[in-house]
Amino acid sequence: MASVAVVRRRVRRLVPRPALAVAAVAAVAVALIPLAYLGVRVGDAGWARISEELFRARTGELATRSLALAGVVTTSCTALGVALAFFVTRTDLPARRLFGVLAALPLAVPSYVAAFAWVSTVEAFEGFWAAALVLTLVSYPYVSLPVAAALTSADPAQEEVARSLGSGPWRTFLRVTLRQVRPAVGAGALLVALYVLSDFGAVSVLRADVFTPAVFTSISLGFDRAGALVLATVLVVLTMLIVSGEQLTRRRAARYARLGGAGRPPARLRLGRLRWLAVSGLVGTAGPALGVPAASLARWFGEGVSRPGALSGLATAAGNSLTVSAAGAGLTMLLALPLGLLGARAPGTVAVVLDRLAYLSHALPGLVIGLSLVFFGINVAYPLYQSVWLLALAYAALFLPLAVAAVGTAALQAPPALEEVARSLGRRTSHVLRTLTVPLTAPGIGAGAILVFLTCMKELPATLLLRPTGTDTLATELWSRTSVSAYAAAAPYAALLVLLAAVPTWWLSARTGVLTRAVRGGGS
Amino acid sequence: MSDHTRTSPRVVASVAVCTVLTLGLAGCADDSEGAHPAGRASDQEVTVYSGRSRPLVEPVLDEFEKASGITVEVRYGDTAAMAAQLQEEGSRTPADVFLAQEAGALGAVAGDDLFAGLPDEVLDKVPAAYRDEAGQWVGVTGRSRTMVHNVGQVAEDDLPQSVFELTEPEWKGKVGIAPTNGSFQAFITAMRVEHGDERTQDFLNGLKTNDAQIREGNAPIVADVDEGRLATGLVNHYYVYELAKEKGTTVDALKAKNHFFPDGDIGALVNVSGVGVLKGADDDPDARAFVDYLLGRRAQTYFAQETYEYPLVAGVASAPGLPQLSSLNTPDIDLDDLDDLRTTVEMIRDSGLA
Repeated sequence: MASVAVVRRRVRRLVPRPALAVAAVAAVAVALIPLAYLGVRVGDAGWARISEELFRARTGELATRSLALAGVVTTSCTALGVALAFFVTRTDLPARRLFGVLAALPLAVPSYVAAFAWVSTVEAFEGFWAAALVLTLVSYPYVSLPVAAALTSADPAQEEVARSLGSGPWRTFLRVTLRQVRPAVGAGALLVALYVLSDFGAVSVLRADVFTPAVFTSISLGFDRAGALVLATVLVVLTMLIVSGEQLTRRRAARYARLGGAGRPPARLRLGRLRWLAVSGLVGTAGPALGVPAASLARWFGEGVSRPGALSGLATAAGNSLTVSAAGAGLTMLLALPLGLLGARAPGTVAVVLDRLAYLSHALPGLVIGLSLVFFGINVAYPLYQSVWLLALAYAALFLPLAVAAVGTAALQAPPALEEVARSLGRRTSHVLRTLTVPLTAPGIGAGAILVFLTCMKELPATLLLRPTGTDTLATELWSRTSVSAYAAAAPYAALLVLLAAVPTWWLSARTGVLTRAVRGGGS
Repeated sequence: MSDHTRTSPRVVASVAVCTVLTLGLAGCADDSEGAHPAGRASDQEVTVYSGRSRPLVEPVLDEFEKASGITVEVRYGDTAAMAAQLQEEGSRTPADVFLAQEAGALGAVAGDDLFAGLPDEVLDKVPAAYRDEAGQWVGVTGRSRTMVHNVGQVAEDDLPQSVFELTEPEWKGKVGIAPTNGSFQAFITAMRVEHGDERTQDFLNGLKTNDAQIREGNAPIVADVDEGRLATGLVNHYYVYELAKEKGTTVDALKAKNHFFPDGDIGALVNVSGVGVLKGADDDPDARAFVDYLLGRRAQTYFAQETYEYPLVAGVASAPGLPQLSSLNTPDIDLDDLDDLRTTVEMIRDSGLA
């Protein structure tokens, strides 16, 4: 017993919570810059203006419709994502690995590209349900990726126990397996819901009358920042509702961390006659999600005669995209580390509150984040203004939750108990760090970095406002051409953007284990 | 608006004539350094915030760099977002020049008192209707509202004489509009200025009850009209040219044709793209050289021939097939009066069109 106390003290020394907490607070401060800006600007507007914008039927309608869209998309992404993850990780599905990759690839398609593709393919394709469909098809990987990873790494022991007690395979899946991966499902669903609230590309192209386009419309048509920012504040309130809702369900869910390294692969279900049903379901999902954008891009290439421009321009834009996204991912991960570690190593009210605060800007439209960092850059950090670093800071404010979730999961996969045991066996701290903590957490942290990198590459409105003057990325060049309907000229930029984004996406899907895990108990 | 001092009566017929002559006779004389006012020394660099997208203006900027030796640092973005960015940046903006897609954005920036103002000799290159009355900005190109129609579906004789006719039953379900588009907004604002809010609201409600077809922007309207999915639409005049260019054909070969409303009808409003110099570049000769270049013969000719907009400087011809700006009977609207877009947006929302 005494030795446990000693270990505890040592662990405290290794994980100095105060320092971690301070670093985490600093990270959250970055995520809260947009909120401070909203506060300042909305305050400037005055109460009369605020109430005029806030208390009218249209604001209520927009809020209801935005929440409904988020609800529909989140529900369908959750159902689709869990089903896909289950089929590619736990069954004897034919071409399992191929489907595993295909299920992740829609993440590489920016929502505005997907929306353009659908509009030009299906006649009169617009409105709420059109937006719901496109957003579902581009964002279900937010659920399927983490759930697939959780399914491949979950401890099969519990399932085996359930089976031995007489539960059938499906019953075991529903009652045991699903509960084990519940945190991954919840985290993914939360990201989808907030992504839908903040998305501008798909909803504006598809004319879904929800909040984000209304914010843009206020700025672009009325040149009315105050009105736009009051509306954006409503989005923050909606975010609070969603985040605290998720928090409530999370409290009831247990946490399952598996101790130990590789572990045994889980058993695979034989699908039997269901195989082909599952295959058609997967084809029916991946087909539209990837096929429509691919066909549409191919048509853009062929159709118009607008010049695609010099190859060097394409290369420069690609280089810029990679550079700013790498800076964004690097900075975001740096800020996410203390937050994620604090949540995993020192759970408690402080950690929970900080973690939730990091989400608040995540549902704000990129335009608002962009303007807030213009404000911050001009008034607080002028030397950074229009440098890559201010853009990276904007990406951090936008995408911190993606990174924190990855760090948190990774840290839980290297439970402190392991480190405690190692140290109690006489290993030195540095050694423990090198041989245990880093190898166990690095892949998860890397996956977070890749996800943020990918998301930065697709981001448009904040990039337009904050990139260094003269630095154009694939996304901004694509925008520049589609805004004058030069689709043939836009095609190479769109295609390269999707292709470059597909590489990290492939890596992410490989990481979930669908590509590498050996199959046990089922044919393949 | 009201506290802006009005520019003195123009002294400038002579200057204008000289300018035209100089341009006409000596091509590039308009970029000569000699024309610049005494001010700070040139650093051979100008930072441009361009609300016009790269494919439309890059060739002009390249030409300017070559002709002047001045490096252009250009930032492409959405006109409205860029106006918001300039308002947020205030006096610390790195921008020297704002090149905007439309007058409303220039008005918003001018309204925050961020422009340095332009001297009369620059302003007077452009007719008074197409520049800021207080001299804060000047128009570069003109863009007319027009009614695009499918020649197979609407006979010449059936074309309306006024945009107000479009609320009549014969046009039910046949008119495409883009209510969230800036140029539609400016047109509605102009209608309010000319005909009052009540009649404008009636017009908007009429479009709604007449089942006006909503599109995301002008380009989809023109494409749909050309394909016969829509009979007509309210758009800007150059979209048929853009569609022809993108399809690799000529405007004559398209089924979609422009109809300019006659007799000064508000449906033929001419709005501008324009340029203003930010306060920090007040005495920057490079910024001035850039503005002069945009209003010079080469750039004006480029816009006329390549983006099919109306050149605003006298002596430069419009694209073939396009009526000369001066020949259009355009409504007499002061573009400075188009700054109340907020009420316009409200009215469009109230009508149920957006």
